[in-house]
Amino acid sequence: MSANRFLPLLWLAALPVLAGEAEPSPARQKELVHLVRQDCGSCHGMTLRGGLGPPLLPADLRDKSAEGLAATIYNGRPGTPMPPWKQFLSEAEALWIVEKLMSEFPQ
Amino acid sequence: MTLMSPMKRILSLFLAALLSACAAPQLRGTGDLGLIIERANGHATLIDTSARQPYARIDGLGDLSHASAVYSRDGRHAYVFGRDGGLTKVDLLEARIVKRVIQAGNSIGGSISQDGRLVVAQNYAPGGIKVFDAETLELLADVPAEYAPGQFSKVVGLADTAGNKFVYALFDAGEIWVTDLSDPRRPSTQRYPAGKQPYDGLVTPDGRYFLTGLFGEDGVALLDLWQPEKGSRKILENYGRGEEKLPVFKMPHLRGWSVAQGRAYLPAVGRHEVLVVDVGTWQEVGRIPVRGQPVFVMAQPDGRQVWVNFAFPDNAKMDVIDTLAGQVVHAFEPGKGILHMEFTPRGEHIWLSARDDNKVLIYDTASFARIGELAIDSPSGIFFTTRAARIGF
Repeated sequence: MSANRFLPLLWLAALPVLAGEAEPSPARQKELVHLVRQDCGSCHGMTLRGGLGPPLLPADLRDKSAEGLAATIYNGRPGTPMPPWKQFLSEAEALWIVEKLMSEFPQ
Repeated sequence: MTLMSPMKRILSLFLAALLSACAAPQLRGTGDLGLIIERANGHATLIDTSARQPYARIDGLGDLSHASAVYSRDGRHAYVFGRDGGLTKVDLLEARIVKRVIQAGNSIGGSISQDGRLVVAQNYAPGGIKVFDAETLELLADVPAEYAPGQFSKVVGLADTAGNKFVYALFDAGEIWVTDLSDPRRPSTQRYPAGKQPYDGLVTPDGRYFLTGLFGEDGVALLDLWQPEKGSRKILENYGRGEEKLPVFKMPHLRGWSVAQGRAYLPAVGRHEVLVVDVGTWQEVGRIPVRGQPVFVMAQPDGRQVWVNFAFPDNAKMDVIDTLAGQVVHAFEPGKGILHMEFTPRGEHIWLSARDDNKVLIYDTASFARIGELAIDSPSGIFFTTRAARIGF
């Protein structure tokens, strides 16, 4: 529990943000998964197969840019019903969500 | 005596089980039955509003993430519409699935005809409505929402009206369509302009007016179904003019439950308000501040109170409006993720689904006291058989 043990951890935590690959804590991941399935799910479907909003399955997102999708989550998309979610998550968390959506979204 | 009563209950449960095992079911009516959608796992729980208890659980209903149900006119059968396009006919008395079809890729709900013979599903993909025989679930007609060559719209706000006509709105086309199914295999459709992005619709309890709320612009489109030749028109056009809307984290829902005491209580899109409209003149007569963006604005059967739940992130709250006072008279936080509500037939109780608490909560509408709760897995829609006899449900 010395200070040297924290230093590399801090450094490791900072690096992914710069690289755009921040990994939220397990507890936070659980909250984000719940947010996506339940609240994004209001429009995109709890199983992410779409509703009033488009489907968000890996095949649907394959040709899209991860950064662009993360920006849509964070800032919303004016002229469509997609709202900005920035008051509820960080940009790094938006990108984490996109990466999970593009591979396999947790239950 | 206090010991006898639970004993009696156990005995009667045992007898009921014995009777149903003998293919001679216990006789009973359906007026106090209903079902609760468990959105996460494809189940529905069947409940008895007199006993305030579940009595059976139905499995195998598919993706219920936005599921709704309508009832046959005798209240015995529920038609459950699932997100995955599943249409399931459930027998509430025998507590079993009678028939199940997958009728679309992505569905949002459905409706039943005035004569009870037709069940109509409204679909996002492929966009349109489909008409089924209520008895057999045989497909009778398919009306694609093709508003321009090769362009299909998502359908919202489907409602039944007199003469086996169905009215609905096209989200992508900004239109209201009225499809006449008096000859179900030969549907005919009339089109009316609505406005930008209609998100849901309602028919007034008398079946006369269809309203569709607009997401893409301020206002509500209105069609007088008794005089459709007069065309549709816009009301409440100015309610948000010049003011920036809040981001909307969940679309509001509309249905004929919003009408009470000659007034319609409508959710204001992107605002923490309920709009009050006179149903005679269709003029705005008030705005009631509430604690979030309304999703369901539902009047008690007697119209004395209107109960309001809210979009994320205010979905733990509920406000109750007194229609005489024209303001919120009770504000409370019943549980986490309040998704839906339903009144008992004459409105003495309200049942609320608290999704994130895995509970359905029962409140007395006069005293606001919590009088019961049921453990239900991720509950969403609650549908009682009283809907069988209401236009627009």
